[in-house]
Amino acid sequence: MNQTALKELLYKIADDQLILGHRNSEWTGMGPLLEEDIAFSSMAQDKVGQSHAIYQILHEIGEGEPDQVAFMRNAEQFHNCQMVELPNGEYDFSLMRHFLYDTAEAIRFDMLTKSSYEPLALLAKKIQGELRYHTMHAKTWIKQLGTATEESKSRLQTSFNELFPYALGMFEQSPYENDIIADGIFPGEEALKEKWMARVEEIIGQTDLKMPEVSEAKLGGRKGEHTEYLQPLLDEMSEVFKIDPTADW
Amino acid sequence: MNEVINKEQVLDWLDEVKDPEIPVISLIDLGVITNVDITDNKVTVDMTPTFVGCPAMDYMKQDVVDVLTKHGVDNVEVNISFKESWNSNKITDKGRKALHDFGLAPPPKHNLQVDIDILEHVECPNCGSDNTILKTPFGPTACRSIHHCDSCHETFEQFKPL
Repeated sequence: MNQTALKELLYKIADDQLILGHRNSEWTGMGPLLEEDIAFSSMAQDKVGQSHAIYQILHEIGEGEPDQVAFMRNAEQFHNCQMVELPNGEYDFSLMRHFLYDTAEAIRFDMLTKSSYEPLALLAKKIQGELRYHTMHAKTWIKQLGTATEESKSRLQTSFNELFPYALGMFEQSPYENDIIADGIFPGEEALKEKWMARVEEIIGQTDLKMPEVSEAKLGGRKGEHTEYLQPLLDEMSEVFKIDPTADW
Repeated sequence: MNEVINKEQVLDWLDEVKDPEIPVISLIDLGVITNVDITDNKVTVDMTPTFVGCPAMDYMKQDVVDVLTKHGVDNVEVNISFKESWNSNKITDKGRKALHDFGLAPPPKHNLQVDIDILEHVECPNCGSDNTILKTPFGPTACRSIHHCDSCHETFEQFKPL
């Protein structure tokens, strides 16, 4: 098994979860209604916890301690896609991003339950069940607000159009794509993208929203190229940890 | 401790360790203790979290060590593992009753394919009616959802099926 390829895959999955988990947590106390405040906070807790479990797997194959890895790297060392680091914007933007991301994440973890790398397959079986609540939440609100008022529909459509190129960036290919597939670790980004597109079209088809025109994917995140928004997020997220990285919590 | 440690005895001691957020249910009845092994007077306990991001995991791990130490077991190891991962069917009947008496609707048994239907008409733990609606699948902790009973007009929580 190609260890470099495996690590690249694990880092990008965990980094997506950690960064979006942090963005979700920014809704704590700010949600448009109490239930949504709690929903985004709960999903934040799940995603940060899931990223921790993957950093733990990485630690067991020679990478740093999970806290060090999460808090001590700079933006260019992160492999998350750019979509998850974008600021929350208004609720429609966060909701649409949540829908686009979690639909892909749920399919990714379904695929990973069959991974040839056993620790990942076991964890994926566990995470798969938790993600059902995230996709259920996203789907419920996209369907409801995507068929509600002119304002709700136009807001969601604008966010959808803006996010779509970033969403395509989730499937940026790894330099080790062939090894990952050949080793049976993961069926690859292209296979994931195909299933994702079909699922998104199916749900959007039940609303008054339209699929955006196909546009060029915003790539680079997987290689450490990020928007101006990631470093300030990392500075804030790690502020307390960096005061005393050896503190015992 | 010189005498040989007996597994039944260890399980009995572990029954004292309760969920820190739902102190009426033991970790055994919750189903998060997946294995206990005793070799050469060393007790190894395998645990698995209800939700991967459960912040109570470290407390539970420490509580297991503390309880066994209190009973004179010097050599204890607790492993967190996903080999046998948790799902809500693992809650024992005794555990389900404890949840119910605590005012939390126990999770319905399911075929491991949880969909929204089984959350829609959860039986109200206060009056027993199933004339209830799901308010939100996300409650005060990762493992609880919030429901409302249209019969007794109480809002209640459910330990989520997973």
